[in-house]
Amino acid sequence: MDDMDEIVQEFLVESHENLDQLDRDLVALEREPDSRDLLASIFRTIHTIKGTSGFLAFGKLESVTHVGENLLARLRDGKMSMTQQTTDVLLAMVDTVRDLLGAIEEKGGEGDLDVTAVVEAISAVLEGRASAPAPAAAAPAPVAEVAAAPVAAQPVAAPAPVAEAPVETPAPAVEPVPAAVPAALAVPAATPAAPAEDDHHDDHPHRRSVAESSIRVDVEVLDTLMQLVGELVLTRNQIVRQAGVQADADLTASAQRLNLIASELQEGVMKTRMQPIDNLWAKLPRVVRDLGAQCGKSVSLEMVGKETELDRSLLEAVKDPLTHLVRNSVDHGFETPAERVEIGKPAEGKLTLRAYHEGGQVVVEVADDGAGIDPSRIAAKAVEKGLRTPAQLAEMSPNDVLQLIFAPGFSTAKAVTNVSGRGVGMDVVRTNIEAIGGAVEVESVLGKGTTCRLRIPLTLAIVPALTVECSGDRYAIPQVSLLELVALDADRAVTDVEDVNGASVYRLRGTLLPLVRLADLLGVESERSDGHVVIAVLQAEGRRFGLVIDRVLSTEEIVVKPLGSQLKAIGAYSGATILGDGTVALILDVQTLARRVLNTEATEIERATETETRVTVDESQRLLVAGLGADRRVAIPLSSVTRLENFPATAVEQVGGREVVQYRGSILPLVRLADFYGTYSDRGAEDLVVVIYTVGARSVAIVVDEIVDIVEEGGELSSDVTGHGVLGSTLVRDRLVEVLDVRAAILAADPTFYSVDDTQELM
Amino acid sequence: MSTRLVTFTLDGRLYGVDVDLVQEVLRGQPQTRIPLAPASVSGLINLRGQVLSAMELRARLGLPDRDADTEAMLVVVRVDGEAIALRVDTIGAVIDVDDAQFELPPDTLTGPARDFLLGAYKLEGRLLLALDVARTVAA
Repeated sequence: MDDMDEIVQEFLVESHENLDQLDRDLVALEREPDSRDLLASIFRTIHTIKGTSGFLAFGKLESVTHVGENLLARLRDGKMSMTQQTTDVLLAMVDTVRDLLGAIEEKGGEGDLDVTAVVEAISAVLEGRASAPAPAAAAPAPVAEVAAAPVAAQPVAAPAPVAEAPVETPAPAVEPVPAAVPAALAVPAATPAAPAEDDHHDDHPHRRSVAESSIRVDVEVLDTLMQLVGELVLTRNQIVRQAGVQADADLTASAQRLNLIASELQEGVMKTRMQPIDNLWAKLPRVVRDLGAQCGKSVSLEMVGKETELDRSLLEAVKDPLTHLVRNSVDHGFETPAERVEIGKPAEGKLTLRAYHEGGQVVVEVADDGAGIDPSRIAAKAVEKGLRTPAQLAEMSPNDVLQLIFAPGFSTAKAVTNVSGRGVGMDVVRTNIEAIGGAVEVESVLGKGTTCRLRIPLTLAIVPALTVECSGDRYAIPQVSLLELVALDADRAVTDVEDVNGASVYRLRGTLLPLVRLADLLGVESERSDGHVVIAVLQAEGRRFGLVIDRVLSTEEIVVKPLGSQLKAIGAYSGATILGDGTVALILDVQTLARRVLNTEATEIERATETETRVTVDESQRLLVAGLGADRRVAIPLSSVTRLENFPATAVEQVGGREVVQYRGSILPLVRLADFYGTYSDRGAEDLVVVIYTVGARSVAIVVDEIVDIVEEGGELSSDVTGHGVLGSTLVRDRLVEVLDVRAAILAADPTFYSVDDTQELM
Repeated sequence: MSTRLVTFTLDGRLYGVDVDLVQEVLRGQPQTRIPLAPASVSGLINLRGQVLSAMELRARLGLPDRDADTEAMLVVVRVDGEAIALRVDTIGAVIDVDDAQFELPPDTLTGPARDFLLGAYKLEGRLLLALDVARTVAA
């Protein structure tokens, strides 16, 4: 497809849309002949088509639209008025234009359509011949006939153009006719090139009409499709798992293929449910305008990223929170015009809505250039409302203080207005957004403005989750709530899990993490009796807590199934899912659990203690210790480690002789540390423990045998004990640990990893 | 007038539910227990990719627990568009009963069963207890 073709294609799409509108406009115009707006709109459309057809050298199209435009101009300027005849000829013109467009689309040229009759009919009306009252019987009749003729005749003539058409040339459709014929047609040489090519490919399916390339589908059909794809994904998981067990090469290959196809299908079906966020935004300009008038504020609304798409069920869920944020901004965010002028800002405030994709999520921002939020005011309010003590607030960063506006029962409005400020709004916003697995945060610069940011998952139906075991049952925890995992062996559990007045806590990098046992929450018996403690560090309601589980199983993409009505009331589960082996697992509702366990009292105790024991630890001093078989341990600087993951061995693919894995939509080079060091891995081959290491915008997957610990760097790096790929060694809990030369290891796997741009960001 | 019922047994008694409400009957499936759930909801089962709650009818009707080594059968009923599996002892048959045989539950019937029984059909030699499915599965 060359450039010209693209332009023609665009022209066709645009014109088809316009023509449908034209039909409606013309009929409406007949009913209200004086409507200037309708006439102007019709005129514009025809004018556009005329202009473009002239540019693309579609001579017939231009001549038809040209006379049509003249007629419309006179109607618009009031020099003529609408009659039955004018409508008829105008409709005839629209039909002719449509036929011409059809011919262009199909054959790349205007073909042999005869437009002289229509041109003549329009000219007749234009010159007043038809509307002359005198020969009433004779004159109007032919016009009407001529006008009607193209409408009826064209559909017949167009598909079978060669046979009788007495006009200029044989149609180009019959045979691949080379340049000579188009030249005779006075069509530019570039255009016929495409049809000629098409004709050569007889097996090529008939090119889809532009107007037919989209259809309306019942949402229910899509929902059913989505559900079926969900099932397919589950079945896929089962088969891939089986294939892994059976070690049959053919089966493995088929399973991998199925894996790919299912993923693509899933993606495709998801796309069908996507709608641009503009659907949601469309009514906001009105909201802003009305509210601005009501509050005596002048606000302009800018919307960026209208075309960003979201699953339709999510759009619905985001509607109210978003509207609330916008209202809140207009009501509280902006100063009055007088105040704004005084401090040197333009009188009109600017509210910006921005939507974009980031890291597998959709981010929606509501940003104002208003007064900003004063953290000290929030703090004062929080104390007044009894949400936090002054001592707690002193320990919080200004940004953390800001997030308090999402706390239940909080309102910063100086006066309660009828618009917002009832102290429930922001709380509800957060609850609603978290209910769909999203997150909300606020940023503010005093005097400059405030930005609220909603992070929303792309879809609700399929979510990445961590499966864990507790009391022999499996549960799924959505990854969105999961911050990290901590495993303590029995010895460390005894010393590191401490007791604060009956509440157990763990010292996680210097701050105390309140611990809750899942078994206690669910009223079951834990099966873990060896003293090990496995903690899933979760975040919900803006707070962190550690959920103690029996065992971590794996990360999986799970399909969320709703629970029956008897079970919704329990509140501990947000749904259920079917795991790879067909058993059902409950999905933990982290938000509700957090609300249940993090009662204010407990949090206060925890925070009070935190103030006493807080130790600041620089992230850069921390090391992730990983085992590498044969008792070898290496340490990786934690600052660049973004995640720890498990991949099935089947996820490893080959690209250009290097091993890679797909991870969250990108391809990561794989570094097997055991190979790098030339040691043997003790670990079975079925899955890989992977450290995702990120430098700048790029990541690499480092394969280790096991994750052992995270430690503060234990003293001096003794560089005298070095070797291949080792920066030095250090003592961690009386054991020698080699500090990995990450750069060398990565370069061994991917020499191009450090591109010029981000070399300076290294280490 | 006659009514068509799917019959099953619980603790030696014969029960029936309207055949129109029954989606299918099947052998007991592995269940996932649900901590904190009401006692009558015994777990979740995977029915060809759908997650269904399973209700232990014995518990619901206040009958003694089933022997641990007896496998339960499932009657999947659909009420208000939501499917739920009822755990029963054995599946009987689909039978037509004459409305003339029907009688309301005796006034002496008390306990949880009172709320969940429509009444009894007097079959020859034994009673068929008609279950009010909608009320039984209501939360």
